[in-house]
Amino acid sequence: MDKKPAIYHFLKGFWDENPVLVQILGTCPTLAVTATAVNGIGMGLATTFVLVFSCVVISVLRKLIPNEVRIGVFTVIIATFVTLADLFLKAYFPDLSKALGPFVPLIVVNCIILGRIEAFASKNNVWLSFLDALGNGFGFTLTLIVMGSIRELLGKGTWFGIPVLLSFYKPMLVMILPTGAFFTYGTLMGISNALKKIKS
Amino acid sequence: MKLLLLFIASIIVNNFVLSYFLGICPFIGVSKRLDSAVPMGFAVTFVMTMTAVITWIINQLILLKLNMPYLQYVAFILVIASLVQFVEMFLKKFIPSLYKAFGIYLPLITTNCAILGLALLEALKNYNFLESIVFGVGSGLGYTLSMAIMAGIREQLELSNIPKPFENAAITLITAGILALAFMGFSGMIAL
Repeated sequence: MDKKPAIYHFLKGFWDENPVLVQILGTCPTLAVTATAVNGIGMGLATTFVLVFSCVVISVLRKLIPNEVRIGVFTVIIATFVTLADLFLKAYFPDLSKALGPFVPLIVVNCIILGRIEAFASKNNVWLSFLDALGNGFGFTLTLIVMGSIRELLGKGTWFGIPVLLSFYKPMLVMILPTGAFFTYGTLMGISNALKKIKS
Repeated sequence: MKLLLLFIASIIVNNFVLSYFLGICPFIGVSKRLDSAVPMGFAVTFVMTMTAVITWIINQLILLKLNMPYLQYVAFILVIASLVQFVEMFLKKFIPSLYKAFGIYLPLITTNCAILGLALLEALKNYNFLESIVFGVGSGLGYTLSMAIMAGIREQLELSNIPKPFENAAITLITAGILALAFMGFSGMIAL
């Protein structure tokens, strides 16, 4: 039913159907945890983990789940993997877990996951669902890293915790505050829209 | 007095949308017009209050007593999903006019991260029963407030001349940034 090559489903998440900039899903973690690049990478990978595993499991079970109760079943499966990710982060990366705070459990209601399941994994086979989830997850992670880098660079003068800007640069505190998050996100979205227009 | 402070703090100082970044999706999706933004805000307030009460009972009296806090996420999301379903059925049967007014927004509340965020924050901060209710109502009203302000601004934005790539979502985010800047003025007013 789908004539596009399998690799397309992996690549589309990076730019063409980037979950953050084009589908405008998962906005809450995008804004909240991107004060530094490290937090962005942690959040992105945790979400990718949950996304890939729940998409694969649901794709395997897609013919067994009755249509009427599907949202409930999906959420319970997602919540299970989120609990796993949360316990893992708490045990091995306690600092990161503290920095992300309630946004790790909030992956449960991240619309990217439910969106990809509803739109893709519940209708396609396991291999395609896996590629789709992986692509979307990496696209999400990449966007978070870009946003985190911009905000960290302008707000603190560092990148991944290493000072890179010369000492005469006075960090703009506003960039790591909520306001900076909204500004960066809005500007990035505008730029990506403009780039798309030039290409087409 | 502490309850009053908590109430005011959760409306303006710790506004869910503008300082915690919770519930952004409906904040951008539904804030186009004032007459859909305000009912949505009140629906969220209602579900938030109910969630605050029920998750408090489940968390404090069942999960913590039985030493199973790791079931929190699964339990909370099930409570929220069934609560939204219940509210929907109740309104459909008894207040059909309100049910029609809420329309599609009602089921969408399940995936609004503000609701789950409320339940998690409440468990994290270990509020007692009364504080939980006040926190729920206050956060809901704060959500409604920011939705209403945003919708008012967006109705004006439609008339202004925005660069093409920045239309819709992008300009809304930048406007929200300016709003967050304004709300930052409240921070530090109440320390909790």
